[in-house]
Amino acid sequence: MLAQRIGRALFSWLRTIQGLGAFSLISLGVLVRKHDTAGQVVRPLLRREIARAGSHLLPMFLFMAAALGLVVIGQSVSWLTRVGAINYLGSIMVIVVVRELGPMLAALLVLARVGTANVVELGTSRALGEVEALEALGIDPVHYLVVPRVVGMALGIFSLTVYLIIGALVSGYGWAFLQDVPLLPGDYFRQLAGALTWLDFALLALKTGAFGFIIAIVTCYHGLAQPLRLAEVPRATVRAVAQSVVACVLVDITFILIYLIL
Amino acid sequence: MREVAAPSLHDLTACVAKGVNWSVMRGDFWVVAGPQRGGKTDFLMMAAGLSAPLAGEYEALNEPMPVFEDARLKERLRIGLVFEGGKLFQHMNVAENVALPLCFHEDLSFVAAWPRVAQMLNWLGLGEVAENLPTSISRDLQARTGLARALMLQPELLFLDNPLSRLDTRGLAWWRDFLVALNRGHEASGARPLTLIVTAEDFRFWRGNARQFALLQSQRFTVIGDAAALERAAGSTMREWL
Repeated sequence: MLAQRIGRALFSWLRTIQGLGAFSLISLGVLVRKHDTAGQVVRPLLRREIARAGSHLLPMFLFMAAALGLVVIGQSVSWLTRVGAINYLGSIMVIVVVRELGPMLAALLVLARVGTANVVELGTSRALGEVEALEALGIDPVHYLVVPRVVGMALGIFSLTVYLIIGALVSGYGWAFLQDVPLLPGDYFRQLAGALTWLDFALLALKTGAFGFIIAIVTCYHGLAQPLRLAEVPRATVRAVAQSVVACVLVDITFILIYLIL
Repeated sequence: MREVAAPSLHDLTACVAKGVNWSVMRGDFWVVAGPQRGGKTDFLMMAAGLSAPLAGEYEALNEPMPVFEDARLKERLRIGLVFEGGKLFQHMNVAENVALPLCFHEDLSFVAAWPRVAQMLNWLGLGEVAENLPTSISRDLQARTGLARALMLQPELLFLDNPLSRLDTRGLAWWRDFLVALNRGHEASGARPLTLIVTAEDFRFWRGNARQFALLQSQRFTVIGDAAALERAAGSTMREWL
């Protein structure tokens, strides 16, 4: 009985992975092949998605940046001062904020605010027959509905992560200053610059792009790839969020391994 | 169509019509009647190229169907499809819905497409609701918007799924007159006679308007023939459909 349930769950997971893999390959194919098709229609959609997954979320991200700076600095400064290791503050900020917390927090926030909306919008469109209407008009639904979301989300998460990191690093120094930490701004930013390597910039771009791609693909897949009834949309949304989180964590682990190897 | 079996859109392995042999000539005006939930919509979707047949083969406008490849998109666009109720994009207003296929396939901005869109809206009596969202207009106007959207690309063959569903008397009269005009050649179809295939729940309203008739019932597609054949059949098995 237990073995049967495990087997069924495993089989279902494998089918989902297969479906997601096929859907992402199809989306990538359409993105490459049709990048210059119907620009007058697709470009405004792309701008809308970049705004939705990027600039519209900026105020919330600036707030989160201030909070992140407080959390990391607030906790670490007192401990580093006690052990006389305040010179490592910059390195800790780079490792914690730039490499790990910044990208992951940005991805989770965009997933919560935009990814869930994606599933609801696309699931409703599917349930109302709008996807068939697009096909009847000779418009590829992947080109019209998925590609702008994939590009918009990848660019949105990358940009927001950069703002989040800069905000957290600056606010971090602000909190340190308020705690009378004997660290001059020049020394702090020199520590940060010393701790950053070209690899951090390259992997940050890759990682945030991958997060955006994954969240967009998983949420679009659950909204679009299978016929839905309106009543099934909430369940599809929950499934998409859970799978996006798992996929992002797996990607993060992969990047940690890359850091360790390089 | 030669020995075609049509799938259900909800379950692509289930069959809604089998052994269909059917020829449609340019300029025809067919009405395919059948009971509710009898598979008319699924059959029409397949005929319009949205799904592949389970068996057999068919052509439309001398092209093998269905057309899924981008390379044959031009051929695909010669066929139009109007869904029951229009199936409009809910986040776009009426004008944007109508403009979408034109903007997409001719790579035009909405402003550049507007003169042609405005003309189409006027032909279909939609000028006053151009900026309304689909949810704020009547069912009749939603269906007309769906028709306007399909006509924007000037198809040569047009499928309409149950266009008279839940219309009032004025709506019925408008649709009858407009479809007859389209079939004869209306400015909205480029003044060319348009081949029409319409599904309906019965033939009652179409007697004297459409020119060819067929029946889809219990997976069987029966070609009745022209109006005279329909009248001959009226005394026998076709009574309930009239």
